[in-house]
Amino acid sequence: MDPRTRLERQARPESMLVNMGPSHPAMHGTMRIMLELDAERIVNAECEIGYLHRGFEKTCENRTWFNLLIYTDRLNYVSPLINNLGYAMTMEKMLGLAVPERAQLIRVLMSELSRVSDHLTSLAAMAMENGAFTVFLYMMKAREFLWDVIEQTAGARMTTSYIRIGGVRADLRPGWRTSLATAVGETRRVLKDVAGLLDKNSIFIGRTRGVGAISKDDALSYGWTGPCLRSTGIAYDVRKAHPYLVYDRLDFEVPVGECGDSYDRYSVRMREMEQSLRILEQVAALIPDAAPLPAGPAIEPGEAIRRSRRARAAGPIRLSPNLEGSEKERLAGLTAGDGRAGVPPKEDAYTTMEGLIAHFLFFMNGKGIRPPKGDVYFSVEGGNGEVGFYIVSDGTDRPYRLHLRAPCFHIVSALDELIKGRLVADVVPTFGSLNMIGGELDR
Amino acid sequence: MGPETLIGEIRARLGPAVEGVADSFGDPVLVLRAADVRPALAALREPPFDYAVLLDLTCVDYAAGEGRFELVYHLYSLSRNVRLRLKASVPAADPAVGSLVGLWKNAEWLEREVFDMFGVRFEGHPYLRRLLTYEGFEGHPLRKSYPWRLEQPRIPMKGEG
Amino acid sequence: MSGFDFVATRLDTAIGWGRKFSLFHYPFVTACCGMEYMSTACAHFDIDRFGAGLTRFSPRQADLLLVVGTITHKLAPVLRTVYDQMLEPKWVIAFGACTVSGGIYRNYAVVQGIDKIIPVDVYIPGCPPRPETVLDGLLKLQDRIQRQKQDWRWARKP
Repeated sequence: MDPRTRLERQARPESMLVNMGPSHPAMHGTMRIMLELDAERIVNAECEIGYLHRGFEKTCENRTWFNLLIYTDRLNYVSPLINNLGYAMTMEKMLGLAVPERAQLIRVLMSELSRVSDHLTSLAAMAMENGAFTVFLYMMKAREFLWDVIEQTAGARMTTSYIRIGGVRADLRPGWRTSLATAVGETRRVLKDVAGLLDKNSIFIGRTRGVGAISKDDALSYGWTGPCLRSTGIAYDVRKAHPYLVYDRLDFEVPVGECGDSYDRYSVRMREMEQSLRILEQVAALIPDAAPLPAGPAIEPGEAIRRSRRARAAGPIRLSPNLEGSEKERLAGLTAGDGRAGVPPKEDAYTTMEGLIAHFLFFMNGKGIRPPKGDVYFSVEGGNGEVGFYIVSDGTDRPYRLHLRAPCFHIVSALDELIKGRLVADVVPTFGSLNMIGGELDR
Repeated sequence: MGPETLIGEIRARLGPAVEGVADSFGDPVLVLRAADVRPALAALREPPFDYAVLLDLTCVDYAAGEGRFELVYHLYSLSRNVRLRLKASVPAADPAVGSLVGLWKNAEWLEREVFDMFGVRFEGHPYLRRLLTYEGFEGHPLRKSYPWRLEQPRIPMKGEG
Repeated sequence: MSGFDFVATRLDTAIGWGRKFSLFHYPFVTACCGMEYMSTACAHFDIDRFGAGLTRFSPRQADLLLVVGTITHKLAPVLRTVYDQMLEPKWVIAFGACTVSGGIYRNYAVVQGIDKIIPVDVYIPGCPPRPETVLDGLLKLQDRIQRQKQDWRWARKP
């Protein structure tokens, strides 16, 4: 095959070829954009991706159903919890599990927190690429408050693996309402500030209005979903079209744009964040307060093992702070009470022989979660659009094939069309408005 | 319109192109004849079916056991708010299927990815070239026959031959 | 100890002090760790407190290469080129488990640690590392820069 790219083959002899990337300073993420230029105007463009192809799908074929959850964290790394949710719900569809109400509410809470932080990050990067560095600093500040809530609950800031097959890993920590209220308040303030800085800013409008516009038909033909599709005026949102969890009981709107340009993508994301904050408040009101913890101080697993050698534990014990929130009494309300799906309670694993055997049987090769044969597709609304998992199971303890339908892949495939005929200076802002996430794009 | 009547209408419209119908965890699945993939999907794209979005295109490798690759298409109809999964099998010896470029714009990248990962040729694709791996990469990583840890560095790595 | 050695040692200290608080870094951001890099650089954790706040977006102007995120075989030649474009003296921080050792990705696509391609001064573990860990890694690098000895052979009489 001809080693030259299509752009090189088609280029006219008099035009200049310029290469942007893969490590372009103003672009977050690695992607190569090749341009054919007539002075400042872009005649033709071609994108090359795959610089972050980490072999996600191949690796998953060699991991057990439980273990591969950590890889899903790192797909869309701006909103990892939504990827967890997508994978977990696809597995639940295959296993036929019903998730308890409390876990569903916590999942909605977590996925909306992630959505807000996803939009904040993408708009921060987009604004920075248009020269508005203050906006970047403000939005990163708001994100820290959102991550505080996630960190309190999940124990990690980003790659949490918190949403598990059948439920969630642990209950919310005491005091989460306060930190959530702080996060919502801070985010609202930042959104107001950012709207003040950008909405009527003539530089920002000049660089985004009418730039990178796409028609409804083209957007559909490219398979766009999420905020980018909604910016063209099509109100397709998986949360409304195919409601999952408790979204059908919540009151929120799906904001849409008018002409599908960079400014509309900005404004749709801004309005979506407000809706997400509304959802957060509604869900927080729906989640009942947790039952009080068992009395007594928490003990380390090693100490629990030593005590259990002498005698069986008389009453409920509480394990180390790491396991707080996932006590045996609480797991019933947090995971589908089906021993096939979730990790057996840690108290049992550390103190009784039966519990230890159950623990081993869950994690041993060839044991653990084994869904029935067949293939399944399920999708949730991610930060960028429809995050779908297509899973083929052959009845063993690991997937035969696992494929991610990455919203970013379809969106970025339109980039060369969007920048054709524009100026070189429009490339980076347009690219920024698409919110390209390498982990999801290249997998 | 219920899913059964919809499937019945599609069968009536596509005729012998449909080799079978299945149900997978509640989702309707149509099995297509590989030679008819492009005309069948072109028909589904038009009204009354109106599957305007090619949600996804991927492939599953059954080459070792059943001697075939299975292409999996996911379509979505915005007006009816339904998804449809279509499958087509191609032989492992010479996997080739008609390209969808020209029907959907994202088909170009989706087919390049499948070509890259599985080595399935798409006839009529204008620019069938590796997408995620690089020029000079030998083999197709998502085939079951490809060892998952076989690295193919582009520049010399320290501490390795 | 001769007089020259005394002066050279004092000069080493002065140069090291000057260099360690004026690190211009080039973030080679590819993946998830970039999110924590953003957090580190922004107001909450503020890398600027340690004299490394000035991000240069050209490797030719930078003296600290922060390799943030997974490096795949497709990207390896690019990283090598960027490193070669930097001027001496230069330092490299491997930010996150993937750059240290390949992390959780042990497969056909990922380079098993960037030290197979370029020399590394400080390794920051974590997937991704918390901003506090990053700052700790930065302090370790500054300590190393402070103790670095210059090559004074050119200044000695033959």
